[in-house]
Amino acid sequence: MSPVHETVILQGHIIDSLILAKVLDTVLMMGGTFDLKEVRIGATREDSSRAKITVQAASARQLTEILQAIQPHGAAVERESDCTYQPAPSDGVLPEGFYATTHLATQVRLEGEWTDVENIELDLAVSIDPIRNNACAVPMGDVRKGDLIVTGREGIRVIPLERPKERDVFGFMASVVSSERPHHPVIADVAKRLAGLREAYRQGRPASKVLLAGGPAIVHAGGRDALAWLIESGYVQVLFCGNALAAHDLEVALYGTSLGYGIAAGRAVPHGHEHHLRTINRVRALGSIEKAVETSLITSGIMAAAVRQRVELIMAGTIRDDGPLPGVITDSVEAQRAMRAAIPGVGLALLVASTLHAVATGNLLPASVPTVCVDVNPAVPTKLADRGTFQAVGVVMDAASFLMELGRELGWNP
Amino acid sequence: MSRLLVCPPDYFQIDYEINPWMRRSNAVVAKNAARQWHALMSVFEQGLGVALERMTPVPSLPDLVFTANAAVVAGRRVALSRFRHPERQQEEAYFEQWFRERHYELFTLDKDCFFEGAGDLLGFPEGWFGGYRQRSDIRAFPRLSEWFQQEIIPLELIDSRFYHLDTCFCPLSGGELLYFPDAFDEYGRRAITERIAHDRLLPITEPEALRFACNAVCVGKDVVLPAGCPDTVRLLESRGYRSHPVVLDEFMKSGGSAKCLTLALD
Repeated sequence: MSPVHETVILQGHIIDSLILAKVLDTVLMMGGTFDLKEVRIGATREDSSRAKITVQAASARQLTEILQAIQPHGAAVERESDCTYQPAPSDGVLPEGFYATTHLATQVRLEGEWTDVENIELDLAVSIDPIRNNACAVPMGDVRKGDLIVTGREGIRVIPLERPKERDVFGFMASVVSSERPHHPVIADVAKRLAGLREAYRQGRPASKVLLAGGPAIVHAGGRDALAWLIESGYVQVLFCGNALAAHDLEVALYGTSLGYGIAAGRAVPHGHEHHLRTINRVRALGSIEKAVETSLITSGIMAAAVRQRVELIMAGTIRDDGPLPGVITDSVEAQRAMRAAIPGVGLALLVASTLHAVATGNLLPASVPTVCVDVNPAVPTKLADRGTFQAVGVVMDAASFLMELGRELGWNP
Repeated sequence: MSRLLVCPPDYFQIDYEINPWMRRSNAVVAKNAARQWHALMSVFEQGLGVALERMTPVPSLPDLVFTANAAVVAGRRVALSRFRHPERQQEEAYFEQWFRERHYELFTLDKDCFFEGAGDLLGFPEGWFGGYRQRSDIRAFPRLSEWFQQEIIPLELIDSRFYHLDTCFCPLSGGELLYFPDAFDEYGRRAITERIAHDRLLPITEPEALRFACNAVCVGKDVVLPAGCPDTVRLLESRGYRSHPVVLDEFMKSGGSAKCLTLALD
């Protein structure tokens, strides 16, 4: 959407009189654009019709000129009111009728001023500070008794996504999931983004971090070396995973097996099923994965690269974890909080081979973050889109093939 | 139509200039104005058998004579005017009082929603048209449409000389429309031609439009219009109407003619 816009209402016998056509023509003739949000045609000849039109312009001045030109034809700026709010009745409980957020940029109107909601994320509430004219998205669990929470729908506006300037796969924003779609153009576009973001990150520009959320299939399937290279080369700044990805990666480093299967030989190794337990135990003995890398117990792989590159690593545990490894956050509310804190600054998200981490991360991402979801199972990107992360580009593909092809596109030469 | 509301021109003069026709230097000759007005009234009363309701003129309200701008009346329902110019806003109370005393059901718009009565709202039984931009505010029409349960097609008036719809648009009793197309923009002209069959459209010439040929009163097959519009008279007669030209040039000094001087009550 253009930088400035205003919604107007036009009502009356606006169709047969061509008043609607005149207003829309005027907007275009004056260099603006419009979105016809809603047109309700009167049921009988006596009934009025009503149109809701969002007028967009390149500058505030142009918008004012357009609004002045269309107001005499009845286009009235939608009557705006401040948002309403109520105190939270107790810790962790929102007032009835609270406003639930989308992951699109959102503004609330406080004392006549539109204020951006900070840290927007899917399915949160909006907490406001009317004294400081400040609004912030807040998870249900973090609400404290008496916090002022926005209720109803008045005085709230959600700003549709701007079409990105880059003419790449993310520009279409249509998460059509198909295993039959050619992968290469998507991977080439992701690679181009990664190269640009690495440069931007080195220059300290905002929204330049790359987030990768991955599952252990990356290791089983053979994508470990490619991902380690991507991290080592500075293409990833934030890594979300569970106990398994880390444990299997470390197991390969120590034993050359993943869950007891020889990575190179591809068959079960005697007593191999114990390898991941022994790996976890050794790291627990040292106290942390960082220690294991620093003491050269672990010298290769994803975790080693992440520690060396100072990647922000957040590991969220599950009830089937062995160990877990030190650093795995076993309280899921705590884990969610840690993941949320790592989101600001992310400019691209890669969700690879993990249903739970993909959905959990998708929930935390604002819609403005280009997102790729890679999984052999088409249900995963579909599920992600169904849960609201509509900006995610789905790639139905094996994790290892994806990472290897992405690495090669960026110069990985194993 | 059997009854018209009128107001004698006792105090009619040019005290201010609120349309391109008015010049304070072009003073009204009171006795001529009175003679012309009485001539018009006698055409209605004696010639056409129309009943006239006379308002009491008020000093310092020279334009009270133009009763067309008082309101719009349909049955017992009345929508009162909200004048755009402060010079005419004082008339509102007198018109309101007149209707109130006669127990009409009254509707008033918000203060800043201008609407100048039957000067800007005219039509056929099946659909009305509203003139806006010069005097009335387009926002008045959805409210009026609800009040009268009538479709109202808004038409933008683009020429300040034709500042009310009744200066350029005159529906006739047989469904024909006498009008001056250039007073409307392309959208307005299209809206008119899409609503009214081509063979019922009677466009008039600019010289006669400027003599306010459209500011006519149609009573059955009789049309009372300002004198000096021979082409319009021929056009009307070709459609079976009898025309009754009346000299009203004193009122043209104020930008008004036959229609502006009357308000249809039923």
